[in-house]
Amino acid sequence: MADYAEMSGKAAGASRRSPVFAFNGPIFESVFRWLSIGAAVFVLLILAGFFIALTIGAWPAIVKFGPAFVWTSMWNPVTDKYGALPAIAGTLTTSAIAILIAVPLSFAIAIYITQSAPNWLRHPLGIAVELLAAIPSIIYGIWGLFIFAPVFAQYVESPVSDFFSHVPLLSKVFAGPAIGIGMLTASIILGIMILPFIAAVMRDVIDTVPARLKESGYAIGATKWEVTRRIIVPYCRTSLAGAIFLGLGRALGETMAVTFVIGNANRLSVSLFAPSNTIASTIANEFTEAYSQMHSAALIELGLLLFIITFIVLVLARYMLARVAARGV
Amino acid sequence: MNGIVARRRVIDAIAQAAILLGTLIVVGFLAWILVILLIKGVGAFGPSLFTVPTPAPGSKGGLSNAIVGSLLLVGTAIMVSTPIGVLAGTFLAEYGRGTKIATAIRFVNDVLLAKPSILAGLFIYEIIVRPSGGFSGWAGAAALSIIAIPVIIRTTEDMLLLVPNSMREAAHALGAGRARVIVSVAYRAARVGMVTGVILALARVAGETAPLLFTALNNQFWSANMSGAIANLPVTIFQFAMSPYDDWQSLAWAGALLITLAVLVLSILSRVVLRNPSAKR
Repeated sequence: MADYAEMSGKAAGASRRSPVFAFNGPIFESVFRWLSIGAAVFVLLILAGFFIALTIGAWPAIVKFGPAFVWTSMWNPVTDKYGALPAIAGTLTTSAIAILIAVPLSFAIAIYITQSAPNWLRHPLGIAVELLAAIPSIIYGIWGLFIFAPVFAQYVESPVSDFFSHVPLLSKVFAGPAIGIGMLTASIILGIMILPFIAAVMRDVIDTVPARLKESGYAIGATKWEVTRRIIVPYCRTSLAGAIFLGLGRALGETMAVTFVIGNANRLSVSLFAPSNTIASTIANEFTEAYSQMHSAALIELGLLLFIITFIVLVLARYMLARVAARGV
Repeated sequence: MNGIVARRRVIDAIAQAAILLGTLIVVGFLAWILVILLIKGVGAFGPSLFTVPTPAPGSKGGLSNAIVGSLLLVGTAIMVSTPIGVLAGTFLAEYGRGTKIATAIRFVNDVLLAKPSILAGLFIYEIIVRPSGGFSGWAGAAALSIIAIPVIIRTTEDMLLLVPNSMREAAHALGAGRARVIVSVAYRAARVGMVTGVILALARVAGETAPLLFTALNNQFWSANMSGAIANLPVTIFQFAMSPYDDWQSLAWAGALLITLAVLVLSILSRVVLRNPSAKR
């Protein structure tokens, strides 16, 4: 009741001093309605525009290289021959490793915040996750290049590469100069970057598990981990996967941080320590310097491929996350 | 029997320790990044950072042109995105509530929200930079708008949905039309949340680099001309960090600290605004 009194007092006061009475009448009604509809349709146009503009820009390359563009590993601006395989392979590898790193960490922090942390710590931890998400990509890049890469090269890459130097197969995977620049460094930084997004969604999802289910678990003597493993995870399995796909969507298209540390080499390599490239970092590095028309068309076709891949991943993520909302918990 | 209980306890203890360790690793990385930024950035901080433009390699200078350029780009982008985002959010929450078309638009908006930002740069390059014949501040602002609009739509819709229907009905009962109800009742009740959305969009675009690479490009010199290539902090940081010159690298750190501070202040500001007691409604 007090709220109501305060509200109506405010509204009355407001109408006396503000000129809102100008926003009235049938003309304003229909102009405002159509502006609102127009803005909403504009959103659809942006997405359609993305697809159309990128297809037109990529057209010369699409015509010239055909579908073989996707599995050709040659990328040579001198002879004007282009294939996307190294960039696609680099994108998929770095994103996959990033997911492997980010999922356990984000699950840990999401479970800690929602289940284990003392009450006073939950809020600050939530803020820490938000800060990690708010730090711009370029900051991760400059930190990765100057601070993380040297440390990583000295304390991880050198020992690991020495350790595996006589193991068949693995010696190839961990071969290469231990300079801290390459696929693995990029993957780790990507993992840290997408972790807060996955953790935030997981946290929301875990919060939807009804207290009554968890309490039933504890009532029959389950430990905290058993409740997590046998009640929380099965209850929201699909949405947890949705959170991971959302993170994957970010990892696939992340540009600046990767561009700093991946070393930008357009060749296929088995080694995780060797310089490589992703779709986004190739575009970022070469687009402004592409002087031949075919070079920029090939780069735009890379962008189109990235658009299609991330679109599919994001649609899957949304579909998985929508199911929990529809369940009405 | 006792063996099983003991085993379950041990497994639980291990799992709890792993969860705590994971949390500590995440917090540790955040601390590592922030501390390094402070140490490296403060060294290059000084009044000249804000008064002197970017130098030639090997000489002293500041970032004044990049700071002004970034303010122009971000400011223009937000001024364009706010009305579009608010109006489209209004459609989702008010006119289109519950309709199929609104569901479709919401879905497309969610996809745009998570799209790689470099694609926004390519898109604007194709539709503005290439036809107009050159890099420009306007193109940079357009690329940033494409990133800001979905953020504003999302928060506007969420905040309008929190406004109780009884308030709208009360206004309708007094004879107000739909638009009048939205503008003077729903917006009024949701304005704090909507402002938060704009602040979040600001924070999001302030550090964006990839969409500016092929739209606004960069500029070594002082320019406030939005029709030409214009200096901006993120691209300057990128170019200076990748350069072999010590002076440039230390300016890149100063710029990185500056941008991070701006983004963190905006994020904290949006929280403070939302927690303000008058925002409870």
